[in-house]
Amino acid sequence: MSDAQAHAVGTGDTDPGRSAVPTTSSGPGPTSASAQVVVAATDLAATVADQVEAGGRFAGLVATARPDGATTLQALLVRAKDVAVISAALPPGAEHYPSLTPTVPAADWYEREVHDLFGIVADGHPGLDPLVLPLPHGTVRPRPGGPGGPGRVLHPDTAPLPAEVAGEGLFTIPYGPVRSGVFETIEYLVETFGEDIPSLRTRVHYKHRGIDCRFGALGLDDAVLLAERVEGTASVAHAAAFSCAIEQLAGVTVPRPAQLLRVAHAELERIVNHLDSMVRHCEGAGQAVANARLSTHKERLLQLRSRLCGHRFGRGVVVPGGVSGPPSWPVDTTLSDLERLERAVRSDVGALMVTPSFLDRLRKTGPLPPQVVAEHGAVGPVGRGSGLAADVRADRPANPYRTLGFEVAVARDGDALARQHVRVTEVRQSFHLVRQALDELGEELPALRARPGTSQHAAAGHGPGHEWWTPAVPGDGIAVGAVEAPQGELLYLVEVAGGRLARVKPRCASFHNLALFPAAFQGDIFTDFVFIEASFGLSPAGAAG
Amino acid sequence: MPWVTRGLSDGIVTTRYPRRPDGYGDGFRGAVRTVDPSGGDAEEAAAVAAVCPTGAIHVDRAGVRLDRGRCILCGRCVAERPDRFAFDPSPEVAGLTRASLVVGADGPGDASELAEARAALARRVRALRRSVHIRHVDAGSDGAAEWEVNALVNPLYDVHRLGIFFTASPRHADLLLVTGVGTAAMVEPLQRTFEAMPEPRVVLAAGTDATSGGLVHPTYATGGGVGDVLPVDVWVPGSPPSPFSLLHGILLGLGLLDDRRRAAGGTSSGGPR
Ligand code: SF4
Repeated sequence: MSDAQAHAVGTGDTDPGRSAVPTTSSGPGPTSASAQVVVAATDLAATVADQVEAGGRFAGLVATARPDGATTLQALLVRAKDVAVISAALPPGAEHYPSLTPTVPAADWYEREVHDLFGIVADGHPGLDPLVLPLPHGTVRPRPGGPGGPGRVLHPDTAPLPAEVAGEGLFTIPYGPVRSGVFETIEYLVETFGEDIPSLRTRVHYKHRGIDCRFGALGLDDAVLLAERVEGTASVAHAAAFSCAIEQLAGVTVPRPAQLLRVAHAELERIVNHLDSMVRHCEGAGQAVANARLSTHKERLLQLRSRLCGHRFGRGVVVPGGVSGPPSWPVDTTLSDLERLERAVRSDVGALMVTPSFLDRLRKTGPLPPQVVAEHGAVGPVGRGSGLAADVRADRPANPYRTLGFEVAVARDGDALARQHVRVTEVRQSFHLVRQALDELGEELPALRARPGTSQHAAAGHGPGHEWWTPAVPGDGIAVGAVEAPQGELLYLVEVAGGRLARVKPRCASFHNLALFPAAFQGDIFTDFVFIEASFGLSPAGAAG
Repeated sequence: MPWVTRGLSDGIVTTRYPRRPDGYGDGFRGAVRTVDPSGGDAEEAAAVAAVCPTGAIHVDRAGVRLDRGRCILCGRCVAERPDRFAFDPSPEVAGLTRASLVVGADGPGDASELAEARAALARRVRALRRSVHIRHVDAGSDGAAEWEVNALVNPLYDVHRLGIFFTASPRHADLLLVTGVGTAAMVEPLQRTFEAMPEPRVVLAAGTDATSGGLVHPTYATGGGVGDVLPVDVWVPGSPPSPFSLLHGILLGLGLLDDRRRAAGGTSSGGPR
């Protein structure tokens, strides 16, 4: 923590006017990694801009309604060793603050989301068009964090995206919300002069489920189950990020066997997600055999996960304080199944990566301009495919990844092929990590089994010091849980007040990266679309909230 | 090895389901069943019901009833009250009426209502071609359900062998498969898709979210499933619904399961590997 604080103070030094900003550490426990700064709403934009200048990465803007009608704005900044939360209060009735977007363009979508959910206007924002919840003017807003929420269904304005570009020879092509094929719902609007692309826009509101408000209605035990359903293809990551925040607030450390089991499940989740992305590439490229084989491997991995914990998506495994219990399948059998699968995946992926017709289709497709990626602070394989070496697994050492041996996979070209290269490397690493974790777990299991009370429920009442689970009772405060989901960095801002969840805000990579999607369209939109979408590998559910 | 040889190298991997039960039941949570559905005093009733995060468990003097249409398979009831609940490995959890998803005391709903629903559906689907086309619409899923629907065409399930295909056009669709909680914004698109489908048409609510809203409902943006928006014929619980559950539900909805299997309803098909 001391490094991080020095960093924050150093930032302030460049501007004596702001160095007076109180910097406090949430510091509730050994795993804590968030620092908090409070500023006036009028200073929020400048403070965030300073932090970005000093090397911080803007990672989101969250608003929270207070019981008295006030609103807190919270900017998330990922720094070298922590995630800083810069808060600013808006008094009851205040509906304006100076926009961050003109100085920090990555704030664009976040300010639109805040506007949708709170009706709060970022003055100076280039265009606060609806994104996640297009409510007719003057409608009551959900205001997550506040008491109760609207208590009735709010009917969004479902008019399609209006055309923005005008001119002769203009084609407007709406994709979605209902897609052709089995896809998640999302809305795209392509406006094009022939094959050029002046504009591609997207909105995710059709899937908006009001997750933020639902979190506010749940108790701690149920909230982790909801986290698993925010972005269902990354259930383990979501449960882990939420739990990570709770564990910080509780000041507890997860027992190592539980950490290892979490790693095994998280990495299996990464493998299936990356395989899913590859399958969709193969589909688009007409690689029928590779498609069939990789989707078979993906299915076998889902079955393996289901044997390991009873659920194909690993739901129910991660709970605040640890895991729900030991693996439900023998570790040695799992390891040998895994070895067979790993061999098959490696062989097929290897063959795919030397198939010229496949590589040609991805090369130079959906290239992201490096300065755009850097400025936006793209996360996950999208960022790493453009040379940004950010990966929570390497950046936050308070987890077992360091001891298991792990290197960040990076590629430089910024196109679909570079993102595929990152995934290929990560799949290999993830298999390795699962094996490492299960190996170590397998060695410890006999000893653990010999002890009584090795499950959460058996442990109820047994107190802390437990092998799979440690009671995690959060104290009041704010914490940011961070996990590297398959889609990229996943942050959970969790605020506990009076022992209750006052605010839970998942910051999904899918939301953050989707804003970059239009920037990737530089070639033939119709033939490139499927590859760009597959190579981003995002989940509309996570983006829509 | 060239791709074509690779394609042949594994031999047949496809399940024989539904002609034969599939062995992939190991440790699999198909559904929850009641072990002891007897009722209890008010205190016990409240304690048992309180275990469930989605209100799937209802207890009164008559006994314990568990609504699989609300169950998200979190396993809490099984862990905390093994005397009353257990996992059932069978993925055959679909039902033709909402009431038939309720298990426990009084059995699975009203038998005459179920028989009526089945007969009406059978009359309707008789006119369907031998091959069936499915239109999928996501009405606010968490994204996992789409994976499970997509899995149906992978070589392990390969529903093409059963004459089942997915189509991009509602005009060619016989069955509308809906995932997700039914968001307010998807009401119109859902209705439009349904209206564009030719008769006869079958509607399948895929997953606990689509059936009841699951754990996500209620919010200002969700309906409690899609039953209020569309005339649902088949309900397939699951969070997400597994590929076998979906396949069972599709076959049930199309009248393609023989009576013996239909009658089997929720009994186990998962044998040893
Ligand atoms: S498994 Fe189903 S019935 Fe049991 S507690 Fe969980 S949601 Fe409720």
